[in-house]
Amino acid sequence: MSGHSTYEPKTGIERWLDTRLPIVRLGWDSIVDYPTPKNLNYWWTFGGILAVCLGIQIVTGVVLAMHYVPHVDHAFASVERIMRDVNYGWLVRYMHANGASMFFIAVYSHMFRGLYYGSYKAPREVLWILGCIIYLLMMATAFMGYVLPWGQMSFHGAVVITNLFGALPIVGEAITTWLWGGFAVDNATLNRFFSLHFLLPFMIAGVVGLHIWALHVPGNNNPTGVNVQSKADTVPFHPYYTVKDGFAIVLFLILFATFLFYNPNALGHADNYIPANPLVTPAHIVPEWYFLPFYAILRAVPDKLGGVILMFGAIAVLFVLPWLDTSKVRSMRYRPTGKLYFMIFVVACLVLGYCGGQLPDNHVIPGLSTFILIDADLNSMVWLSRLATLYYFGYFLVILPLLGLTETPTAQPESISTPVLSHPAGMPAGAVAAPEKKG
Amino acid sequence: MLRKGIALAALGLALVGGPALAAGDAKTPEPVDFSFKGPFGRFDQAQLQRGYKVYREVCAACHSMELVSFRNLGQKGGPFYDPAYSNPNDNPYVKTIAAEYQINDIDSETGDVIQRPGTSADAFPSPYPNEAAARAGNGGALPPDLSVMAKARKYGPDYIHALLAGYKDPPAGLTVSPGQYYNPYMAGDTTPFWTGEGHAPEGGFIAMPPQLAPDKVTFDDGTPSTIDQQAKDVAAFLYWAAEPKMEERKAFGFGAMIYLVIFAGLLYASYRRIWRNVAH
Repeated sequence: MSGHSTYEPKTGIERWLDTRLPIVRLGWDSIVDYPTPKNLNYWWTFGGILAVCLGIQIVTGVVLAMHYVPHVDHAFASVERIMRDVNYGWLVRYMHANGASMFFIAVYSHMFRGLYYGSYKAPREVLWILGCIIYLLMMATAFMGYVLPWGQMSFHGAVVITNLFGALPIVGEAITTWLWGGFAVDNATLNRFFSLHFLLPFMIAGVVGLHIWALHVPGNNNPTGVNVQSKADTVPFHPYYTVKDGFAIVLFLILFATFLFYNPNALGHADNYIPANPLVTPAHIVPEWYFLPFYAILRAVPDKLGGVILMFGAIAVLFVLPWLDTSKVRSMRYRPTGKLYFMIFVVACLVLGYCGGQLPDNHVIPGLSTFILIDADLNSMVWLSRLATLYYFGYFLVILPLLGLTETPTAQPESISTPVLSHPAGMPAGAVAAPEKKG
Repeated sequence: MLRKGIALAALGLALVGGPALAAGDAKTPEPVDFSFKGPFGRFDQAQLQRGYKVYREVCAACHSMELVSFRNLGQKGGPFYDPAYSNPNDNPYVKTIAAEYQINDIDSETGDVIQRPGTSADAFPSPYPNEAAARAGNGGALPPDLSVMAKARKYGPDYIHALLAGYKDPPAGLTVSPGQYYNPYMAGDTTPFWTGEGHAPEGGFIAMPPQLAPDKVTFDDGTPSTIDQQAKDVAAFLYWAAEPKMEERKAFGFGAMIYLVIFAGLLYASYRRIWRNVAH
């Protein structure tokens, strides 16, 4: 895509096509000869894994849409009909439902990798922002997809989330009515959610195309964060990374299959097998696990509008991250202090996820009650959420901007090949220079 | 290796944080050693037949099972599956069971509302014509549909067994409203009804009276008909009703796992070979 193309059409038909639509050249330059840093670790395989996840969701989703009935009276039964009477419908539906969770496991791994190795820094800001857009679209798609089976959690989750927009001043009520297509979550809501749930994945696929384009212009970041300097630093994407990504993808599919075949409902909520009933509210409305950290942030704020702003702010801050991190060093490998703060950040995200699944008033340390502050016992999930929320924003808005100016990074290698050559289990130096001859 | 370990642990934590708690203070159901548990678990057909009998003679008086058809009983893995009848609609047991029911229909000649004997293709008819009738017949409470009950409660079949076999006399100090029954496994909060010492008892109130009694259902295979046995068998039957494709799913999964593990091994070997001369 960028730089000099090495594609040489070998047959007449390839030459004919190449002067009219160089699509084979595009494929060749993107996934065959694309020079890739040779030191990428397994954290870099999640990009390929995510592409597989998107493919699985689209294929299974299109088949499900052939059988699903988007109507409040029939949606629940139509999903069960798919599970019982459609040939391999149970497989398709469980793949789609568990596939969503797998997609989020992969995307969170991918994002934490980007955060750790500074993949958002120049010249990859646009690449990072496109990734943030994909993540936003994924969240919207997953939320609307969860509404479609029209179980209790579907319905009441939709009520809670759409009501959030009602917190906006002046326009809130109008926006909520517009989202619902009426004055409550009802058939019109289900219909538009189905329509959008079908549309958004193709928009994701489009942005993924841009994301890959934006990746192939500057090329991959790598665990050292040091720029590629010569051909000795890279290997052709195929076969080196097709085989490595392929191996990781199959390992990931084994994890997927464990849930799919042996515990297909473990990641869901039992209440969603109860048909939606607007008159009966479930004891605890909780979103799917992948939204729990944001749910915890939402509930951490005693004010509804404040909670909504903070929840969306938690994603918005990612968009400006490239300009918040002032450090010139990309990889946390060479930022010992930064690495420590990053690890605490990961813990804070996990704590938020944990708190999101608990009742706000639950005690963090059982049996110990302290004193009431603002609106809750200090020893409660809501206060733990507040602490973690504070760190979440503090990491982006205070730590990263200041740390880059004050910390002393350790010595970075001069090139990608340098630390490779100094590896204790070294190879003959000559073997490194000519990787392009193999395969 | 350590970094990978941390990553996996993080992933694990994220997953544990996931499915959130069900309701408050109900007693955790004791796990039952069902034959269908575990990666190779299969349904015990004799148990499904006994469970069907409990459902038919006890539960079906009030509870519907709208998503299940008679033909499902004769499908592979079902209580009356017979390899001689690969089409479950032809299975004589299924036909006989279906014919025991009267199904509401329209006479295609006259348009009159009629009742006719059920066929294999019919779904189980509901005991009440509508929700209002169901509530009127049960003191205002609605007996829930049982089609996916075993998936719609935390702990699934263990919960169904525990609830049905776990009715207890309310402890002294607990006021039970008329038409309600105390059950330690039922979700709810007994605090407002508790005047005794200490913490209110676990569990909640349920509008369904205890249904099972020793020898209430006669098992044709001679299994002693205790409350515990009846509860286990009907829980197994309801799990089958909720997940009729479980055996197919696990068998498919076993093949898929073997394929994936071999494929992973081949890819790893290829990876080692392709990368053997690249220091990285």
